[in-house]
Amino acid sequence: MGIKAAEALVQTLIDEGVEVIFGIPGGAVLEIFDAIYHHRDQIKFVLTRHEQGAAHEADGYARATGRVGVCMATSGPGSTNLTTGLAAAMMDSSAVVAITGQVATSFIGKDAFQETDTTGVTMPITKHNFLVMDAKELPRIIKEAFYIAKTGRRGPVVVDIPRNISRTELDDDFQIPKGVSLRSYKVTLRGHPLMVKRAAELIASCSRPVLYIGGGVIASEASDEVKELAERCHIPVVYTLMAKGAFPDEHELCLGMGGMHGTVAANMALNTCDLLICVGARFDDRITGNPSEFAKVAKKIHIDIDPAEIGKNVKVDVPIVGDAKIVLQQLLEIVQPKRHSSWIEKTAEWKRNYPLTYKQSSELLKPQFIVETVAKLTGGSALVVTDVGQNQMWAAQYYPCRRPRQFISSGGLGTMGFGFPASIGAQFGCPDELVIAFVGDGGFQMTMYELATAVLHKLPIKVIIFNNFFLGMVKQWQDIFFGSRYSATMLHGNPDFVKVAEAYGAVGMRVKTPDELQPTLEKALEVKDKPCIIDCWIDPDEHVYPMIPAGGTIKDIILPPEQRHKKEELLADIAAVYATV
Amino acid sequence: MGNEHNSKLHTLSVLVENRPGVLARIAGLFRRRGFNIESLSVSTTDDPTISRMTIVVGGDDATIEQITKQLNKLIDVIKVQDHTGEDVVERELALIKVSCEPEKRNEILNLVTIFRASIVDVGASTMIIEITGTEDKINAMLELLRPYGILEVARAGKIILARGSKAT
Repeated sequence: MGIKAAEALVQTLIDEGVEVIFGIPGGAVLEIFDAIYHHRDQIKFVLTRHEQGAAHEADGYARATGRVGVCMATSGPGSTNLTTGLAAAMMDSSAVVAITGQVATSFIGKDAFQETDTTGVTMPITKHNFLVMDAKELPRIIKEAFYIAKTGRRGPVVVDIPRNISRTELDDDFQIPKGVSLRSYKVTLRGHPLMVKRAAELIASCSRPVLYIGGGVIASEASDEVKELAERCHIPVVYTLMAKGAFPDEHELCLGMGGMHGTVAANMALNTCDLLICVGARFDDRITGNPSEFAKVAKKIHIDIDPAEIGKNVKVDVPIVGDAKIVLQQLLEIVQPKRHSSWIEKTAEWKRNYPLTYKQSSELLKPQFIVETVAKLTGGSALVVTDVGQNQMWAAQYYPCRRPRQFISSGGLGTMGFGFPASIGAQFGCPDELVIAFVGDGGFQMTMYELATAVLHKLPIKVIIFNNFFLGMVKQWQDIFFGSRYSATMLHGNPDFVKVAEAYGAVGMRVKTPDELQPTLEKALEVKDKPCIIDCWIDPDEHVYPMIPAGGTIKDIILPPEQRHKKEELLADIAAVYATV
Repeated sequence: MGNEHNSKLHTLSVLVENRPGVLARIAGLFRRRGFNIESLSVSTTDDPTISRMTIVVGGDDATIEQITKQLNKLIDVIKVQDHTGEDVVERELALIKVSCEPEKRNEILNLVTIFRASIVDVGASTMIIEITGTEDKINAMLELLRPYGILEVARAGKIILARGSKAT
């Protein structure tokens, strides 16, 4: 007797190395869940409280481990609830496979109970998707889904399986397919030698180079190569939010994060360099501001595995399609050591004169102080996951990272509610790491139901809530651009987060003053068998600085209040460079 | 999309896996990235697992480059080629129903002969003309028929093949 397609599916997942699946069952996937039950020793199923949580957890797992994250949901509302998580994974090129149930093939198109056109809905928010109409094809499709998700520019893939398909018995000779062969999907890994040579020539002849690195450096595990190139050719490094950790913050050549809330040194370097070497980043508007003014005096080299990214937002001089690690290795074969001492000194001067800064207070709890204290107590080695908004920017600015996959955040989609469930996925993937989630009071409430999952699995995640009783980043924009008219940003009706934590069986703590912070965090770090929610009541009027307003240029940068008197000097530095071209 | 002044029509030949949903993927890509399809023709090739789409799209060079790259990213797309300005045979097909009183039949017949079109239906006071050729030829035919009263027109999307041994 043959096996059912659902059983073949689970065997194929095990063959792919899947150890954990996040999700919720339902009518259309019962057969698959029965197969999972039979293999419960090999695959852990994590029952979440909402499918959005499952998708973010699979995504957080993928980002923390570099493996494929898997989530599962039933048809209709199950699959539509996954969509925010899939879109977040798509925007940040995260390898997620989502398996969804579908109504039986005979009911497709009849508006049956819990029917949604899942492949139609997820088409623009996935790298690819499949609707399985023949049970025999299911194992092959699963292999293809994993292959597509984890190769090239990574991304989420949905496999939609009608309920009668998972029930169908396969032939006796069922075997898990070995390889994958897709004639229409080819990934270019090696850079074109001529382009690599031209890049090396530009590096040899430039005088003010900058390495601008993005998430592709982490995906292709190219951190060592970036470091080698930076050190050999004396090139300062600016990272995007997605690449935080890919180059050590403490490194003398590191200028920090670039873009809207990046450091002055990073943005000055990006905009005054004469050679911009972009590796695995995509000239996103949060980095460039006005793209036609961005780095406009620089020649540009763009290394990316996705040909469509090259020339999409900004015109470049040397396009190199390929895997970041491999292309950098090709470059390292030919570039000669050189020094840019006066340029490096200039960037160091910006670092000294315009450091990230905030005004400490003896009464009000400053969010930056919280991140600094957490960094101190954790030795800068925690796995940091953030939500979206001010909390995300403060974490990125003040938590120094030193290894890839140490910092996880929803960059492209900017998904509030991502942080906490993603930290759960990260903790499943890295059980021995200390996982810290920085969240806001707004975003945390979007997915805090996942406390049940974290408590059930005894995950010792520290959730640090920057509680300002506001949707803080929106408030900041209202403060700066809309005369502090707080239209719908005050979070009246916030729950008591300590009680919420306790109600779920987690530990809840509250910090209201700077003095209470360290002792409370120390206590929290001792909790090893359950999540710990630290509700920090921060100064609600704190803003994230520096800030380049959306669509602006480096000249529009809003410095922290303490540095505003020095803006003229910055403008003079920019003018001096622009005058020479 | 793109700058109007250097925007022009491009003809892309796209080979795709002949699977359900592929047309939706391509149409969705054009829609969500703000590209506009001028004409589209789809059919299977001599290999039943592969379909050919001939897509006419307007845009400047950067836009067309993006369209080509984004099409190539779709997993079901096997090959994309821009044949604009190349040596290709291009054809469109139109069916034109004109109002035609019996005494005008000869005049119209003359036009049909000149254009090497054919008459595929004759009614008491109507005629259907089938014409194939380039877009310009079909437009010219339509202009000449207009005074007689065009009742209905159906035009198929453009199709092309590269001349000689070069693959499309």
